[in-house]
Amino acid sequence: MKTTDDAGLAATGAALGMTSHAAERRLRGLLERGLPLASRPWQVLAEQAGMSEERVMACVRRWQADGMIKRLGLVVKHRRLGIQANAMVVWNVPDARVAEVGRRLAHETAVTLCYRRPRRLPEWPYNLFSMIHGTRREWVEAELAALIERQGLGDLEHRMLFSTQAYRQCGGRYVREEGI
Amino acid sequence: MHCQVPYCLAQDLDTLDRRLIDSYQRGLPVCTRPFLSIAERLGCSEDDVLARLERLQAMGVLSRVGPVFDHARAGASLLAAVAVPEAERDAFAELINAAPGVNHNYAREHDFNLWFVMTAPDDAELEARLDGLEARLGVPILRLPMLEGYHIDLSFPIPWAELERA
Repeated sequence: MKTTDDAGLAATGAALGMTSHAAERRLRGLLERGLPLASRPWQVLAEQAGMSEERVMACVRRWQADGMIKRLGLVVKHRRLGIQANAMVVWNVPDARVAEVGRRLAHETAVTLCYRRPRRLPEWPYNLFSMIHGTRREWVEAELAALIERQGLGDLEHRMLFSTQAYRQCGGRYVREEGI
Repeated sequence: MHCQVPYCLAQDLDTLDRRLIDSYQRGLPVCTRPFLSIAERLGCSEDDVLARLERLQAMGVLSRVGPVFDHARAGASLLAAVAVPEAERDAFAELINAAPGVNHNYAREHDFNLWFVMTAPDDAELEARLDGLEARLGVPILRLPMLEGYHIDLSFPIPWAELERA
């Protein structure tokens, strides 16, 4: 039989759990904007999120371990640096081959991103997306030609969509504004 | 918010800047003083590291120092595209940038000439944001969610030598 004290304890625990969840969500939102450039960045974030520095670091390590955080470090704006030839190469691959072709493209060093996405017929027949970045358009074009030759993909319909202007290039904002 | 580059910025980055970028696109230490730990490895002071990072951020070479979250786990997102008249492309791009949740908005050479990524806390909110934007744009949005990722990490070696020749 539960005593009143037990019930009180459970209620406090639930409240703490919720507070803890809210604090972690705040931390996620703060992290999406980047680390403060201070000697003890986790401590600064800890104060803003309402948790201890130790817990901030523990959260980050947990998110790294479970894959929520893919990488932690300097996020480079490639275009600003001069890596301006940014080509999205899209392919129309028979469904039975798409995973195999996707994995092969992913192993090519020139390919920086590679995803399968749905076709949207009739206007969009392409189901495999890959990105190739480079400093010059001609070099990216040559890179793609070499890749097609090497991988024997000459039979696949594809298009190369170079970007002509970047209107925005920044990280995702997944946490609701009011949560921060 | 246009990002056309007048000249090659790489020439303004010295060896220490380049080593920072080459060594720490991943693996920033999770310890009390991460920038001190980096400084010790690179053989400079913590203040040097912080000053370099501040400068690189101010130059726009870095968008931030921090985590890159897995889209699929961090919330909902998808790649979207619209076909708009070339002459009105900038105006459409501004409308897209003004919508909540938009990151990465590029013009590309295709009938679908504006490509952007829409993000949201969850699928329902993602649909709502896209529906709202579609109504404001007055053109259909091509919605292309990721079905499978074969290579999803945009960190790669910077070709410094190539940048200086380009």
